[in-house]
Amino acid sequence: MALDHHRERRWGSADRTPGRGQPPRALVVALLLACATLITLDYHGGSDSPVEPVRRAMGEVYGPVEVTAAAVVRPVAAIPRWFTTHDSMRSEIDDLEAENAALRQQVNTAGYDRNKLAEYDGLTAAAGTLGYALVPARVVGMGPSQSFSSTVTIDAGARSGLRPDMTVVNNDGLVGRILRVTATTATVLLLIDADSVVGGRVGESMEIGMLHGRGVLGDEGRLDLDLIDESVVPRKFDTVVTWGSESGAPYVAGVPVGRISTVFSNLRDSSQRAVIEPFVDFGALDLVGVVVPSGTSSDRAVIEADGSLR
Amino acid sequence: MTSVRALLAVAAVSLALVLQVSVFSYVSWQGVVPNLVLLVVVGAALVRGSQFAMLLGFGAGVLLDLAPPADHVAGRWALALVVVGYVAGRVALDIKPTVTAALATVAASSFLGTSVFALSGLLLRDPPLTVPDLLQVVGISVVWDLVLTPFVLPLVMVMFQRLEPERAMP
Repeated sequence: MALDHHRERRWGSADRTPGRGQPPRALVVALLLACATLITLDYHGGSDSPVEPVRRAMGEVYGPVEVTAAAVVRPVAAIPRWFTTHDSMRSEIDDLEAENAALRQQVNTAGYDRNKLAEYDGLTAAAGTLGYALVPARVVGMGPSQSFSSTVTIDAGARSGLRPDMTVVNNDGLVGRILRVTATTATVLLLIDADSVVGGRVGESMEIGMLHGRGVLGDEGRLDLDLIDESVVPRKFDTVVTWGSESGAPYVAGVPVGRISTVFSNLRDSSQRAVIEPFVDFGALDLVGVVVPSGTSSDRAVIEADGSLR
Repeated sequence: MTSVRALLAVAAVSLALVLQVSVFSYVSWQGVVPNLVLLVVVGAALVRGSQFAMLLGFGAGVLLDLAPPADHVAGRWALALVVVGYVAGRVALDIKPTVTAALATVAASSFLGTSVFALSGLLLRDPPLTVPDLLQVVGISVVWDLVLTPFVLPLVMVMFQRLEPERAMP
């Protein structure tokens, strides 16, 4: 009861000591104006807003802290797995999963590869895809849904050879692209973010379109595909791969993105819209690879196109 | 001494931010995690009142806006947490100091904070989301914050009391 009495004095009393009662009106106005100024500066500045250097500086400070925190938590987060399975079984499952993912990727891109050969663009496309290597990285921080943007921090940065506008993939397919880098970390914009737009190509029909993220994580991490040729009806369960950008930035060509799960036809303007279910499980992102030009100097092992480590 | 106190406040907010981004992402529900930074601001408001909570809310909000992996327009969380600091500080003057009152304050602050952030997003079209999506996220975050309140709020309040006992009590 003594504690309660103590609290009573602290919360309920009508004390008017400085700093407790009504805050000075000047302070309220000043803080609100500061917020408004910050929003205006960043909103109209775009990618070269004056806030961007501050953002980068913050990344230099908080990035390594997030890396450390993630390293501490990762073994703890894996404890539930220890109770369900033995060590040997786990490594076996991991191997099988890796094999499965590789096979699935082959199946997913089979239609696309066939078409590529058929259209004799194999030469140029192969030249484009052969020149890349992967820098492995782990996800160390996830932006909460409260902020309504789907971004993650990874533990590789400029020192590992990363730069903005590089493609990020994992075992299953396309993850997103790099927004900004610090010395040791990088921020990745996920495919499903509402600001994310990716050029996509339907594997079977080679039709191209634009993939827009819906900005919802959870179970509905879906993408919308708007085809450029509006007369084509995309088929259900077709695989969509990236269309690729010039010189591979921000997206390299031929990375599997997802499968068409639903197709909507708009009767009014006879356009087609397809909903894509991404291959990547964005709720459980961990190990990812960043596509870098072959021969990039990096502070960690780089996986070359032929599978060798360097 | 003041600089030590400010440093401790910054450390508390930073710890909350890192936990929120790197640790609680493992237990996120539809991508929503408990907003620990908001709980720190509410705790400060209950102990120290509006003025301090608004200043802390502004600083903590700027941190949330700029630390990786944030990518929204900067200043939006700052605005939300300044409002939370003001309202929670005002409420603390009028309510009876019970557990229920503390939970109600947290629920109201969480709803208010996430809503102000979401509404600023709707106004700026950053990102272009629908109202049902926003409401779902607001709802889940209120539940999360309430669940974490018994573990976080007492710690925060004790810390701010120890920091400056003469300001905390009349």
